[in-house]
Amino acid sequence: MLPEIGHFALILAFVAACAQAPVLLAGGRIGEADAALFGRRAAILIFALTGAAFFILMYAYAISDFSVFNVFQNSHTAKPFIYKLTGTWGNHEGSMLLWALVLALFSAMLAWQGRAVPTTLHRLTLGVQSLVIAAFLAFILFTSNPFERFIPAPSDGEGLNPLLQDPGLAIHPPFLYLGYVGFSIPFSFAVAALIRGQADAVWARLVRPWALAAWTFLTIGIGLGSWWAYYELGWGGWWAWDPVENASFMPWLAGVALIHSIRVVERRDALKGWAVLLAIMTFSLSLVGTFLVRSGILTSVHTFAVDPTRGVFILMILAAAIGGSLTLYAFRAGSLSATGSFSAVSREGALVVNNVLLVAACAIVFVGTFYPLFIDVLSGEKISVGAPYFNLVFTPIAGLALLLAAAATLMAWKKASLNAVALRLRYAAIAALAAAVIVLAIAEREKVAGAIALALVVWLAIGALTDIAGRVKLFRAPLGQSLARLAGLPRAAWGAALAHFGIALFALGASGISIWKTEEILLMNIGDSVTVAGYEVTLKNVEQLTGPNYVAELGQFEAVKGGRTLALDAERRFYPVRQMQTTEAGIRARATGDLYISFSENASGAGWPVRILFHPLVGCLWWGMAITAFGGAMAMTDRGRKPARARAPSRAQARRRSQDMPAGAKTAQA
Amino acid sequence: MNRFALLIPLGVFIIVGAVFAAGLWRDPSRIPSQLIDRPLPVFNLPPIEGFDEGLSSDHIIGEGEVALINVWGSWCVACHIEHPLLMALAENDVIPIYGIDWKDKPGDGTAWLERFGNPYTRIGDDMDGRVAIDFGVTGAPETFVVDKQGRVRYKQVGPITQQAWDDVLWPLIEELRRS
Repeated sequence: MLPEIGHFALILAFVAACAQAPVLLAGGRIGEADAALFGRRAAILIFALTGAAFFILMYAYAISDFSVFNVFQNSHTAKPFIYKLTGTWGNHEGSMLLWALVLALFSAMLAWQGRAVPTTLHRLTLGVQSLVIAAFLAFILFTSNPFERFIPAPSDGEGLNPLLQDPGLAIHPPFLYLGYVGFSIPFSFAVAALIRGQADAVWARLVRPWALAAWTFLTIGIGLGSWWAYYELGWGGWWAWDPVENASFMPWLAGVALIHSIRVVERRDALKGWAVLLAIMTFSLSLVGTFLVRSGILTSVHTFAVDPTRGVFILMILAAAIGGSLTLYAFRAGSLSATGSFSAVSREGALVVNNVLLVAACAIVFVGTFYPLFIDVLSGEKISVGAPYFNLVFTPIAGLALLLAAAATLMAWKKASLNAVALRLRYAAIAALAAAVIVLAIAEREKVAGAIALALVVWLAIGALTDIAGRVKLFRAPLGQSLARLAGLPRAAWGAALAHFGIALFALGASGISIWKTEEILLMNIGDSVTVAGYEVTLKNVEQLTGPNYVAELGQFEAVKGGRTLALDAERRFYPVRQMQTTEAGIRARATGDLYISFSENASGAGWPVRILFHPLVGCLWWGMAITAFGGAMAMTDRGRKPARARAPSRAQARRRSQDMPAGAKTAQA
Repeated sequence: MNRFALLIPLGVFIIVGAVFAAGLWRDPSRIPSQLIDRPLPVFNLPPIEGFDEGLSSDHIIGEGEVALINVWGSWCVACHIEHPLLMALAENDVIPIYGIDWKDKPGDGTAWLERFGNPYTRIGDDMDGRVAIDFGVTGAPETFVVDKQGRVRYKQVGPITQQAWDDVLWPLIEELRRS
């Protein structure tokens, strides 16, 4: 009975979204206030209904109700309870339901925000949002019903992919979705701005926290995903330029460009058409990512299912959302006139250049991801694009963007003096040079690449610190005054500096692991030793053990360096229900890096194939991403420069509302 | 801004969307159509270190037997997974297995076989990956089923699992032997 209620709740939510969209979009005719009220209530109702459906599915997983086909296919009674719950979104139907739930959540929050300041802009934005929700609910209802029955119910399920039974994987899709779906709000704001033909500082101030929130979630999602790959997949990598990884990375890059250009719109009333285009692009790339995963169009370890009907449906959503918004852009973007002008050497100018670099980087990832598909479609040939392409083409552009990022934060708006910026960056430059020299002197190999990478990292990190030091007048004012200024710094400034510092730290980890990784693959018997990166690693013992739903072989290793002994346990698990093997690498994190051991089956009887890696500085990857995400969250809570005036009751608000009305009414008639 | 420039994003999307639409109707894990039922690409590979004989397309066609061509490498983790199954096939003389050692460093492939056992009838050394490109190899391991006339009939992407062997490869091999 419950699953039917869940299914029915989804149908009701779909109907509500279908009713909500026309009312909101044509609200000017119905009456602004009535339409907005109806729209807000519908948004909250849709959220409640989708939430009910989601929790009913989760309950079916919790009690292992195998009369629901989805539960039968993806769950098993022998699975730990927590993974039964997280299994709700570990499959196609459930993950799409989570997608829709997050979308409904964001819409409900938008509706809540619009309650305080109801404007035509909010109404139209919520209207566009409801179209997106309707499309995805239709997708679930017509192609991916999670509540499909399977009667008579089998006694046990078919289990969950053991690779997915991991805390990292359990929490990383929800964060990715919060990021992907979060970008729907800037998208809807952008479409609303195009409909009204107006994007101003008020618009930018409304969009900015949403864009930052989505970007922060996406950063966390990507970080958790690569952390999971590092710990669980057993190949010791954290990023493989896999199509699905790229699918999350492209909106991230576009999102970085977006949050920077929105800032320009907010502060300087310029770059409007560009910001609107980026908002459309970012969400479009999120949709393309969903298409990529859900249609199985590219071969990838992540792809859940190959099913053309689903692919066709998502492609139709893509065509409507992206095609529609870009058509609107082509005809309306001309009316978004900018009032702010700036010279080439200014913060705006630097941000424009950085935006171009970021979009170019995004295009490079896009081309690398889809080139095999293009070639296949055009000529039928199969090719693959691997990490060498991305490393060769992407890295220099990313490096340039980092180089410029340090300078951009120190530039003044409108017109900056290159001399002043250069003067302030002298410490960063000296430190970067020193870092390069040190690397050249002490590195045993890859001296040049390492020197360039570390110089960039130090440059960006010191640049971020210089920005904060300059803002608090460190050493130029008494220390107490500096501290007071530090406490009073706008959160946006903190956020920017932290995010840049985090990116520098992340780049340090990425350079360390890709430039100075040491690897040894060999066959070991019990008692054998080998030296890797100064550690003498010995295989002490191998034993069999039995887990809750797997059997495992446990390899106990000992690593000795400088008189200190570390114990590492690596596991190779076999899950009988799915006939699958997974590796649980033995990892010991030290300040200088990780010692990483994975091993395979002793198939030949001659010993266990063992893979031992030393990953220098890998901790910086995770800390860098965490600090970057924290910076994003910090900037998100910044209320913007002029909230007091905009919020002031009385005239300012009244004026703004009266300005909004005619514009909205005009579009409704057009 | 000029009207034409504003249309560029839409134009790009239309092209990309058209390719996506066309791409939906192909199965990414299937062999490229031009290789199915076509003769083997002509190749002649040198032996790997420590072996006397290499592998050429003529060797395989000359035998006139249904055979497997397995693309592997000592660097390939997934090759470990299918290796016991290949060994079992070789020990029981189920089917000749030809190996293409793909993008391996000199000596690494030989060392790997010494450690784990050699299931291959003959092995060719495809160090620069030229032959793998002719085969349309996208990753290792990949296994091709060749019929008596030396035509490629099937491609297995990824390790041969017991299930893939029982459900697909073995029935196909039996059928090809009968014809």
